[in-house]
Amino acid sequence: MINSLLAHLDTALIYAFALSAFVGAALMLVLRHPMQVAMALISTMVFLGGIYGLLGVHFIAAFQVLIYVSAVMVFMVYVIMLLDVRDVSFTHRFSRWLFPGIAFGTLLFAALGYGLVLGVDRLATTSASFGLAQFSAAFLSEYWLQFELTSVLLVAAVVAALAVIKGSRRRDRG
Amino acid sequence: MDRMQILLLLAMALFALGLIGVIVRRNLLVMLMCMELMLNGVNLSLVTFAQQTGTSAGAVLVFLIFVVAAAEIAIAIPIVLVLVHQRRTLDADAYVDLNG
Repeated sequence: MINSLLAHLDTALIYAFALSAFVGAALMLVLRHPMQVAMALISTMVFLGGIYGLLGVHFIAAFQVLIYVSAVMVFMVYVIMLLDVRDVSFTHRFSRWLFPGIAFGTLLFAALGYGLVLGVDRLATTSASFGLAQFSAAFLSEYWLQFELTSVLLVAAVVAALAVIKGSRRRDRG
Repeated sequence: MDRMQILLLLAMALFALGLIGVIVRRNLLVMLMCMELMLNGVNLSLVTFAQQTGTSAGAVLVFLIFVVAAAEIAIAIPIVLVLVHQRRTLDADAYVDLNG
């Protein structure tokens, strides 16, 4: 009895989190100040983390909060505070591509949804979940090359960021 | 509809909303955040598929996307800072002369 109730609670929570994540994402399009947009995005990410946790992939949920919310978004919020520019993008939120953009996005969503409906029967449903141990073993044995490539990518990103800042400084001086 | 389909639908909606945001908003920082939203939508679909098939390949890809997102922000933010330092505006329309 209690177990079946808990299973239903699980599904209900996933639906509630999915709805909240969607509302947060939709709010991102209409809110005016970048800080409000950042807060909407953070709430969406936290709800997605909740969904990951409820699906059983706890380590991805943890990294969603640790990397996305606390590293990427804190950086973003800091930059928004640094650049509080009240310019034309603040008074006029939308570009002249408003209606074509919405039409294109709706079309894309409709096409993807149609693909989902068509491919519903082909979705294999196995309840075999994987744990952190299996994931770590696969990560460092099968996917070691991709792991090394991402470390190269991170180094390249750091060097590129330094190059951007240095180039602008040299231009200021010269 | 079971919950896997709902989650895939949510992933599609997040991707489409992020794309709409990149197209229709004018603020550079908001456009960057909408790109993050698109990455989140893709992540959700990967996790859903990984859970459905019981394989870890999707989860590995999610980790790689985390790294790509961090690298993207690490490069995009300095570029935005340099642009704003030069023209004092976050409006994407002010930088139309940058297109090739």
